[in-house]
Amino acid sequence: MTARLARTVSSAALVLLTTACTNYYEIPIETPIRPKLDVSAFQRVLVAGFISGGTDDVDANLETTRLLRSQLRTKSELRVIDTDVLPLMEVANESNSQSSGGSAASGSGSTQTQIKDEKDLEPFERVFANVEYWKKVGEEYQQPLIVTGTVMFTPHQRNSIVQREEEVYDSFGRRRVVPVRTYMERKGYILRPKFVFIDGRSGTVMHSENFREEILYNANQTTPALSSYFELMDRLIPSFLSTLSSQKIKGTRILLQ
Amino acid sequence: MRFHALLAALIFTMAASPLAADTRSDAKKQVEFGISVAQKGLWREAIYRWERATEIDPTYAAAHNNLAIAYEHEGELDKARAAYEKALQLEPNNSYIKQNYELFKEINDRTTRKDGQ
Repeated sequence: MTARLARTVSSAALVLLTTACTNYYEIPIETPIRPKLDVSAFQRVLVAGFISGGTDDVDANLETTRLLRSQLRTKSELRVIDTDVLPLMEVANESNSQSSGGSAASGSGSTQTQIKDEKDLEPFERVFANVEYWKKVGEEYQQPLIVTGTVMFTPHQRNSIVQREEEVYDSFGRRRVVPVRTYMERKGYILRPKFVFIDGRSGTVMHSENFREEILYNANQTTPALSSYFELMDRLIPSFLSTLSSQKIKGTRILLQ
Repeated sequence: MRFHALLAALIFTMAASPLAADTRSDAKKQVEFGISVAQKGLWREAIYRWERATEIDPTYAAAHNNLAIAYEHEGELDKARAAYEKALQLEPNNSYIKQNYELFKEINDRTTRKDGQ
């Protein structure tokens, strides 16, 4: 009798304790994220274009310009200037040839075939420090904030051991899902954009940011390069936007009593 | 015999610290009021209440957790991180606090991420 009473008392205590500990309320919140860059001096933004390289399957210059313009149009307070992309490769080639007495010019042919890796990009990156050029662009477009940079979108392959789930049935016909480790050949892409923010009034670089994202699929899976490009850009867009404008990220949290 | 021992332990626990119980009870009132105002969207008032609760009882993990959420909602991310860390320090195995902190870190890391890190 005493033992049963003891069990009852301890069970009740345990239930009370558990109830007290798990009194919770789910609540929606919106986390405001302040912009990394003060762009209050600008009313307009010019996404000028990008120096791009990597695969020929995607024109990363045009696609990045289009995507950033459309995102800025809907998610920032800046007025987006619609214009053709600037011929940055030509400008870079011209300034390179001037600085090396005309020997470094390699302006002919497609830019996509010229730039295959990060090393190929280096000579072109000097264009972002060309203050006179950007000041001139700024004057032409009423001194906006200028967004430019480089975009490398390259195919990638990696063979490694991956864990996947497999359905198995035991002798009674019961289904179970078990983790199985297998060696797999995987293919995908790496996206490495560098966003450069230039003050259209002075032509100087205000801020720059590098990103790297990669995606891998099973080797037998066929995913168009453009889909992979958008999937990877989707991951970067919030970070890009948070540089220019305040964002509110919705979520839920658990309040405890 | 075992029952008597259990009963004695229970009585001792309940009688041992009436002051601590009062402190927790006062802090809990602040926490409850904070929850009710936060649910109405009055986050500044909720912050005031939960700050009071942590002052009254600095060992009250739930108050620190709620305060962290309110700071997060107000965009005071450094304060939010400190409050979450305090809550986890007090109750390292609380799965609700851990979950809240993981979600907070995901947002915070994503927005401060640079150079592909």
